[in-house]
Amino acid sequence: MNFEISKDPIDIQSVIDKVVQREAGAITTFIGTVRELTHGKKTLYLIYEAYESMAVKKLEQIGTEIKERWNGAEVAITHRTGKLDITDVAVVIAVSTPHRADAYEANRYAIERIKEIVPIWKKEHWEDGEEWIGNQLETVAYPKGEPEAKDLNE
Amino acid sequence: MNKIMFFAHLRDSVGEESVTKDVSGKTIAELKQMLAEEYELKLDSVMAAVNEEFASDDEVIQDGDTVAFIPPVSGG
Repeated sequence: MNFEISKDPIDIQSVIDKVVQREAGAITTFIGTVRELTHGKKTLYLIYEAYESMAVKKLEQIGTEIKERWNGAEVAITHRTGKLDITDVAVVIAVSTPHRADAYEANRYAIERIKEIVPIWKKEHWEDGEEWIGNQLETVAYPKGEPEAKDLNE
Repeated sequence: MNKIMFFAHLRDSVGEESVTKDVSGKTIAELKQMLAEEYELKLDSVMAAVNEEFASDDEVIQDGDTVAFIPPVSGG
C-alpha cells in the first residue's frame, strides 16, 4: 500500500521506508504542512476531504507516471484528511531513484500532479469565516476537462 | 439507477453527499444541465468522474454507473 489516504496523523518515516531499495542512491521526501498565513490572512485550521477510493487510484496513477518517466523510481504518497491544525502534516511524498537529480525532479512532479488530478479538497477556516478552496470564484475553467499547468500556483 | 456524488462546496449546496437517480442514456453535459437547474449549481468548471475516472462532457452514462462531480481540487 504505497498510496494512501489517512484520517490519522502521518508517520513520515513509514512513508520513507516504503521506497527503500538497494538500487537507490537517493530518497527525497516532501512534507506538505498547514501554513498559518496566506496572503496575510490568518488560517485557524483546515478540513481536508477526499473522494477516497478515486483519490487512491489517482495517487497510484501518479506513481505509475513517475516510474515511466524516471527509471528505477519507487514512490510512496500518503495524504491526510480531516481537521488539521497549523504546522500539521497534510501530505508526505517519498521518492527513491538511483541518482539524486531524478529523485528531486520526480518528487516535485508528484506534488504538482496531486494538485491537478487527485480529488482532495481543503476548507479553510479563518477568524471571520470559512471557504472551500479550489477556485470557488470559478474564474478558472478547464476546457480540457482537467486543470493545466498554469492553474497550479499554490 | 445511478449514484451521483457531490463534494466540497457542491455537497454543501445540494445538502447531500449523494443522490440516486436514473440518468442512464444522458451525457455528462445533459446531467450537468439537469442538476444545475434542480439544485441551482454552477457546474461549468466542475469536472465529472464516471466510476472513479475523469469523464468528458459527451460521455454517455450507463445504468449502474457512479457519477461524481469534482470541483477544482485543492489537495497537497
